[in-house]
Amino acid sequence: MPKLTYRDASLAAIQHSMREDQTVWCVGEDLGRGGVFGQYKGLREEFGESRISDAPISEAAIMGAAFGAAMIGTRPIVEMRFSDFALCATDELVNQIAKARFMFGGQSRAPMVIRKPMGLWRSSAAQHSQSLESWYVHIPGLVVVCPGTPQDNYSMLKAAIACDDPVVYLEHKGIWDLEGDVDFSKEYEFGKAEIRREGSDVTIVSWSNTANLAVEAAEALSEQGIDAEVIDLRSLWPWDKEAVLKSVAKTGRLVVTHESVAVGGFGAEVVATVAEQAGHALKGPVRRLGAPRSLVSYAPNLEDMLRVTSEMIVTAAQETLKKAS
Amino acid sequence: MTSAGHNFERGRSLLEMMERIRAFEEQACLAAERDKLVLGAIHPSIGQEAVAAGIMHNLSKEDILLSTHRGHGHTLAKGASSLAMMRELLGREGGCCGGKGGSMHIADFDVGMLGANGVVGANITIAAGAAHAIKLLGDNRIVVDIFGDGAINRGPFLEGINWAVVFKLPILFVCEDNQYSATTRTASMTAGEGAAARAASLGMRATTVDGNDVEAIADTVADIAARLRAGGPPEFLHAKTYRRTGHTSFDPATYRPANESTEEEKKNDPIKRQRAVLVAAGMSEANLQSLHENAQKEMIDVLKKAAETPFPASETAFQDVQDIGSPAVEAY
Repeated sequence: MPKLTYRDASLAAIQHSMREDQTVWCVGEDLGRGGVFGQYKGLREEFGESRISDAPISEAAIMGAAFGAAMIGTRPIVEMRFSDFALCATDELVNQIAKARFMFGGQSRAPMVIRKPMGLWRSSAAQHSQSLESWYVHIPGLVVVCPGTPQDNYSMLKAAIACDDPVVYLEHKGIWDLEGDVDFSKEYEFGKAEIRREGSDVTIVSWSNTANLAVEAAEALSEQGIDAEVIDLRSLWPWDKEAVLKSVAKTGRLVVTHESVAVGGFGAEVVATVAEQAGHALKGPVRRLGAPRSLVSYAPNLEDMLRVTSEMIVTAAQETLKKAS
Repeated sequence: MTSAGHNFERGRSLLEMMERIRAFEEQACLAAERDKLVLGAIHPSIGQEAVAAGIMHNLSKEDILLSTHRGHGHTLAKGASSLAMMRELLGREGGCCGGKGGSMHIADFDVGMLGANGVVGANITIAAGAAHAIKLLGDNRIVVDIFGDGAINRGPFLEGINWAVVFKLPILFVCEDNQYSATTRTASMTAGEGAAARAASLGMRATTVDGNDVEAIADTVADIAARLRAGGPPEFLHAKTYRRTGHTSFDPATYRPANESTEEEKKNDPIKRQRAVLVAAGMSEANLQSLHENAQKEMIDVLKKAAETPFPASETAFQDVQDIGSPAVEAY
């Protein structure tokens, strides 16, 4: 089994998909020279400039054109460079891509992957650091996924490319160099969470890079005799309610944590669902841990004020285990 | 137009299509105002029929069309069923989109009509993408995207036209200029020389045509389509016409001079003009009248049938949103 970085795992997924399916193509700014993070490196040489297509700095046109191309028989992979820039193409994604199949009574499909590298990346400031996954979950018509490991960035990207629905594919740009084993034969099923660590005392639900921090937190907790279960949702729509409810039924305790702003975040959806459907199983206070509702700074010390850390997850887990006074 | 070279059969067919479009929209307006059967907004193209008929005469069903919120004429001329269209306007079962899109999202993929659009200018980039895919797939179809004069002030106009030129795509962009952006005169909100000049500034061949002269439009687009099919670069057509109704069928258009619309009808109505062309070419009044009556009869029947069609089954509200995470399975 090869050891690959998160970046190279995505590259392999595209390479394998493009070899299998001639209708798959990639379009975005600077793809010809390998993409801004090197996540397309070498693909131009193998597949040529029409299938690894550069684009003008026209996010609306990249998104809109890819959509038009998706409706008549191709499978575009759209590169938005930074998720922040995808906001220039909001009408195309939200009003057009997400709605066309429905508005046209099922006549069309938009089989496309919209790659939006998101998240904190040292000193990138407020327009290159956002995590807006919860926005997209709110839009019917879209599938929303947040891979957090090299394995998932292979299996999930392959599944997204093969999917007939538009998939908002949110990679975390802070972990391009994260290494891990990648089994090319492992298939991803949408809406299926991964239990990253089994445990019986507290359930920690997360996704994207914060799931990696949750695994670190769980290891620290185990040294204190606390056995945490870590659920990496991986996909936010659809999301694996069953896995969460089953785990909370076992542990009775819940921490939900993500890098994005806590207020109105997807963590609130997870907590509300647990409250509605498994409230009776809860044995302690629920903790929800996300960024404060503020903006990301350039200065590293100020940037860190918004960062969720594994230490914070440890503290939150400990708090759920406190007896009600 | 009336010279010996006039293609009588084509001229008759162009008039027939314009009569059908006019009759369809007259019935649709009655269905909205008189019958209260069309509940949402409709945007009639009465007075603009020459653009739809003249362009679509040169396209096959395999060619791709994208249109605007004012797209009934384009859709009908591309070959969609008038009954399925009227059902859609009434939100009924068997509508082009199963009653889920209505007038503003009318589409018929079977005839290459990839949708009207409720967002001004939004189809410009999407149409460029359809042409991009055709080039990638290597087939011989062409794409026509029609938008209004208001759309030239939106960003997708720049981004989509630049895209088509850069990638040398088989597409014709048509600015169907009815002189109004919703309820504001476009000229008062547009800098510079307007649509064709803007397209030309991006290196695109831009042609201006009398948008009320259906024969001229058909001739011009025949040439453009031939160039595109031969692998030529994308082109632009500016067709100046006039919107005789308000923005929607309910808009009395009190913001314009009282006699403006009637004066335009007298001088420039594309149907009257084409009738005159055909009379000069030898068509009898009786034949003209029967074209008119046939169109009227078709659309009166279509409205009657559409009104008798049931509303869609309620479970379709949750169908065709998405396969993965479908609300038909789980919506909360």
